[in-house]
Amino acid sequence: MNKVIEIEHLYKAFGDRKVLIDANLDVYESENMVVLGRSGTGKSVLIKIIAGILPADKGSVKVLGQEVTQLNKKEMNELRLKIGFSFQNSALYDSMTVRENLEFPLVRNVRNMSRGEINKAVHKVLDSVGLLKSIDQMPSELSGGQKKRIGIARTLIMNPTIMLYDEPTAGLDPITCMEINQLINEVKENYKTSSIIITHDLTCAKETGDRVAVLFDGNFKFQGTFDEVFKDPDPRIKNFYDYNFIENQKK
Amino acid sequence: MHEIMSSHSRKNLFSEKIDDWLIGFKEGADFLLLFFKEALSGNFEFKEFVNQCYRIGNSSLLLISLTGFVTGFVFTKQSRPSLESFGATSWLPSLVTIAIIRALAPLVTSLICAGKVGSSIGAELGSMKVTEQIDAMEVSAVNPIKFLVVTRILATTVTIPILSFYCALMAMTGVFLNVTTNEDTSFPAFLEQAFNSIVFLDLWTAIIKAVSFGFTIGIVGCYKGYNASNGTLGVGKAANSSVVMSMFLIFIEEVFIVQVTNWFR
Repeated sequence: MNKVIEIEHLYKAFGDRKVLIDANLDVYESENMVVLGRSGTGKSVLIKIIAGILPADKGSVKVLGQEVTQLNKKEMNELRLKIGFSFQNSALYDSMTVRENLEFPLVRNVRNMSRGEINKAVHKVLDSVGLLKSIDQMPSELSGGQKKRIGIARTLIMNPTIMLYDEPTAGLDPITCMEINQLINEVKENYKTSSIIITHDLTCAKETGDRVAVLFDGNFKFQGTFDEVFKDPDPRIKNFYDYNFIENQKK
Repeated sequence: MHEIMSSHSRKNLFSEKIDDWLIGFKEGADFLLLFFKEALSGNFEFKEFVNQCYRIGNSSLLLISLTGFVTGFVFTKQSRPSLESFGATSWLPSLVTIAIIRALAPLVTSLICAGKVGSSIGAELGSMKVTEQIDAMEVSAVNPIKFLVVTRILATTVTIPILSFYCALMAMTGVFLNVTTNEDTSFPAFLEQAFNSIVFLDLWTAIIKAVSFGFTIGIVGCYKGYNASNGTLGVGKAANSSVVMSMFLIFIEEVFIVQVTNWFR
C-alpha cells in the first residue's frame, strides 16, 4: 500500500520544552492511524505540523509525496485542499450559520460553482453527518456532539484525501462518543480517506483505528494494531490501558 | 551587597522592558507590512468589507448622534459667557464650527469608535484565535489575514471618516439649537456665520485625521486580537489593550497632524 503521510526524525520544541524528539510515523492509504498519548505529549502539535499550522524544527514531513516543511504558501494551500482537519473544539465560525460555515471553504476555493451546486454539496455533507435539520442554526444552538459533526462536515465538503481528527470524542458523553466513532468509520468507507486520529480515549482507538501509535517522551515507541500494542509488557502501556478501561469502569 | 543586587535586578528589569517593547514594535511593524501586502495582492473580500462597514456604522451611529449633538450644544453654551464679556457673541458660530471641524468631530468620533469598535474587533479576533477558528480558516486554504484583517482595517478606515462627518453635522445641529434659542438667528444667517471662516485646508485636515484615526483603530484592534493567547484572559486583555493603545496613538497623531497642517496655514 502507498504511504500518504511519512514522518521522519521530526523534532519540535516550544522554548525549553521538547515536545517531539525524533518522531517517526507512516500512514498508509485508506488507513485509520490512531495516535495515543497523555495530555501535553505533543499529539495535537504533530497534526498541526502536518497541516502546516505549526512549523517543524527539524525532520521531514511528507504528505501525499510533498515535503510540507519546504512548501511555499501557495503550494501549502493547494495541499491543504486535500487535507481535512477536525478541531478538538470544532472551531466553527460562531458568527455564521451552519450553512455559511459549510459554504465558507467551498466558495473560496472552488470557483465557478453555481448557487444550486453549492446548495447540493452542503445538503449532501450535512446528510452524511445526519444533521440536515440544523442547516440554518447558529453554532451556539448546537450540542457538543452536533458541533463535532458539523466540524467534520465542513472538512468533508472539500472531498479530502486525508482526515486529521484532533480529540474527536473529548468532552462528549459515551453514546455521542460511540456515534462519533461510527461517523469516523463511515467517513473512511464513503470518502475513501486516510486518517490520523488523535485521542487518549482507548475505546475510540479500538473502534476506529486500523493501527495505533503511542506517543511517549516525544516519539512513537509503540506501533501496531490495538491488540499488538497493548500486549506489550511495558509498564507505561499497562498503566495507560488500566487507567482508561479499569479506572473508567470503576467510575 | 543587597543594594548592588537590587540595582542590578532593576537594570535587568529595565532592559527586559526595553527588549519587550522593541520586540512588540517589530511584530507590529511586521503586521502592518503583512496588511499592505495582502491588501494589495487582489482577491478582495468585498462582501465581508461591506458587512464590516455596516456593523461599525450601525453599532456606533446612535452614540455618535448623541455625543455629537451634546458636544456642539455644550461647547456653544460654555463659550458664550467668555465671548459675551468681549461683546463678540456674533463670533460664536464661527468659533465653535472651527473647533468642531478641525478637532472635535474626528476626535470625538474616533474615541467613541476606539471604545466601541476597537474593543469589539480585538475581542472578536482574540476569541477566534483562542478557539482555533483562525487555524480552521488557514487549514481550509482561506487566507485569514485577507478575510478578517484587511476587511476590518479598510472598513474602519472608510467608515470612521463618514461617521466623523455625521458627528460634525449633529454637533452643528446642537450649535444651531443653542444659538437660535439665544439670538433669534435664521438658519441661512447661521450657516453663513458658521462656515465663513472655514477654509479648504480645515476640511482636508479633518479628513486626514479621520482616515488615520480609523486606520489606527482597525490595525491596533486586529493586531491585538490576532495575537491573543491564554484563553478568555487573553481575549479580555486583547479587547482592553486595543482601546488603550488606539486612544494613545490617536492623541499622538492628533498632535502630529495639527503641527504639520499648521505649517501650511
